[in-house]
Amino acid sequence: MNSDKITRIVLLLVSVLILVIAAGMVFSLVDGAIPAFQKFGLKFIFSNNWDPTQGRENYGALPFIAGTLITSVLALLIAFPLSFSTSLFLGEYFKKTRIAKVVSTMVDLLAGIPSIVYGLWGFYTLRPIMIKFGIGDQGFGIFTASLILAIMIIPYATSLSNEIISMVPADLKEAAYSLGATRLEVIATVTVPAARSGIVAGYILAFGRAIGETMAVTMLIGNSNVIPKSIFDTGNSMASLIANQFGEADGLKLSALIAIGLILFILTGIINSIGKFIIKKMS
Amino acid sequence: MENKNILMQADHSRSRLMKEKAFLWIVVFFSVVTISPIILIIWRLIQKGIHQLSFSFLSKTTPDAFEAMTAVAAGERIPGGIVNGITGTLIMVALAAIIAIPTGLISGIYLYENPGKRLANLIRNVADILQGVPSIVLGLISYLWVVRYVTQGFSALAGSVALSIMMLPMIVRSTEETLKMIPITIKEAALALGVPYHKVILRVLIPTSFSGLSTGILLGISRIIGETAPLMLTALGSTAINWDITKPTSAIPLLVWEFYNNPYMVDMIWTSSLLLMIIVLSFNLMSKQIGTKRK
Repeated sequence: MNSDKITRIVLLLVSVLILVIAAGMVFSLVDGAIPAFQKFGLKFIFSNNWDPTQGRENYGALPFIAGTLITSVLALLIAFPLSFSTSLFLGEYFKKTRIAKVVSTMVDLLAGIPSIVYGLWGFYTLRPIMIKFGIGDQGFGIFTASLILAIMIIPYATSLSNEIISMVPADLKEAAYSLGATRLEVIATVTVPAARSGIVAGYILAFGRAIGETMAVTMLIGNSNVIPKSIFDTGNSMASLIANQFGEADGLKLSALIAIGLILFILTGIINSIGKFIIKKMS
Repeated sequence: MENKNILMQADHSRSRLMKEKAFLWIVVFFSVVTISPIILIIWRLIQKGIHQLSFSFLSKTTPDAFEAMTAVAAGERIPGGIVNGITGTLIMVALAAIIAIPTGLISGIYLYENPGKRLANLIRNVADILQGVPSIVLGLISYLWVVRYVTQGFSALAGSVALSIMMLPMIVRSTEETLKMIPITIKEAALALGVPYHKVILRVLIPTSFSGLSTGILLGISRIIGETAPLMLTALGSTAINWDITKPTSAIPLLVWEFYNNPYMVDMIWTSSLLLMIIVLSFNLMSKQIGTKRK
């Protein structure tokens, strides 16, 4: 066998490792989740009772699925006006200026801050503000967690929409200008419609990020295992539940936590695939 | 009649211009709001964390809660430091990089060399999905694989495995994107000279795209340094310096998690976060620097 062939085989074998890892992940998560699903069946997903007391153990994931979705949607709603404005700032109004460069560097830095630092800052800076306004339980709760999540996903939402918005062909916009449209009218009737699917994909990917965020949410959401009744209630997300309860878990409880990890895995997988699919379809 | 019509038109365009101006101000306002957290966070970290930064902070292990309490009560600086976290982060990140960088580079090269192949497309899509997997799930996986079966207990190795799975897809994708940018003629020239394939990779592909590859690698490292969630489930933490990768090990973000709501330790936690932030941002900026130089 010649050396070129060996090189090709090495490349192939190492690359297949990714597939092996991914398949192994699915296998281990499913395997670990089996006891919980065997005991509770589909009720695991639809029950809202999480009770780890010995003897009458009952695990239902609904409060955490709800907590995850509510915090992530709320974070998206808060992030939208901010990141959309920023992407217009960068991709339209101040395109290719020095100030845009500074702003975009700062937005990028936002993506570099570790989750735990966001959590710490939220715990000592955001929470006192919430307390002042009487929001949440001692400042903890869905709303506080969503606020920090919103800040964390802004860079992900902004970078893609900014890129797409700045790529809208100039002749389209110029045609509208020549008909007497103002800049706002051009943005509303030309730029945004042309960039729509890219912008949507950016927010879908940001949503996927928000769903899996762990540390900052864990430190601020208040950790109560019930379905939140309002956005100012405390709650728990799937990720924060795993972070909080993993330490003392074994047996059925561990299996329940792995099952929640599996749900989280599937959910983020679906959302990211949708986002990636839209992007692929565009190009 | 005629006059009135013109007046109305003028009115209409004035309101359009007003809207135009108002919208610009809204955009600017929200953009300022968007970048304010980064300033507030860094300012707060410096303000709270700078006092504890000292030689002993970087060279001594974490004090126990009692030591910290007496020091705070006496109004002194908290004794000890976070060297156990620093060494732990160093070991785990280095080990994760050693696992992920070669694997990621090779897979990236494979994807570049086999565009359009069905297997390559599958690998690319799977890498994209892996990139979106929440880090805490990677912690669970490494717990199930390494903590359970390999080290039979929490360990630095388990932490590294979780971090390396996180880093791998980033390197794969950045490698492929970087390689796509080098002119194909360079590779063809080498092949035409009869250079063996592995030498084309090692002597031509990698050197010509070196700065791009290091950008991806540095960015990947900066992402995993601050990771906490996967380490909580795998490395657990330790109060002593530990060089044995089969034993529980601390890390800077783990210390922050452990002590963030302990009123006696919180000063030290601000300093730890400041240090973490400095390390992460310098990797981040380093990768940007190399990236812009290339252009």
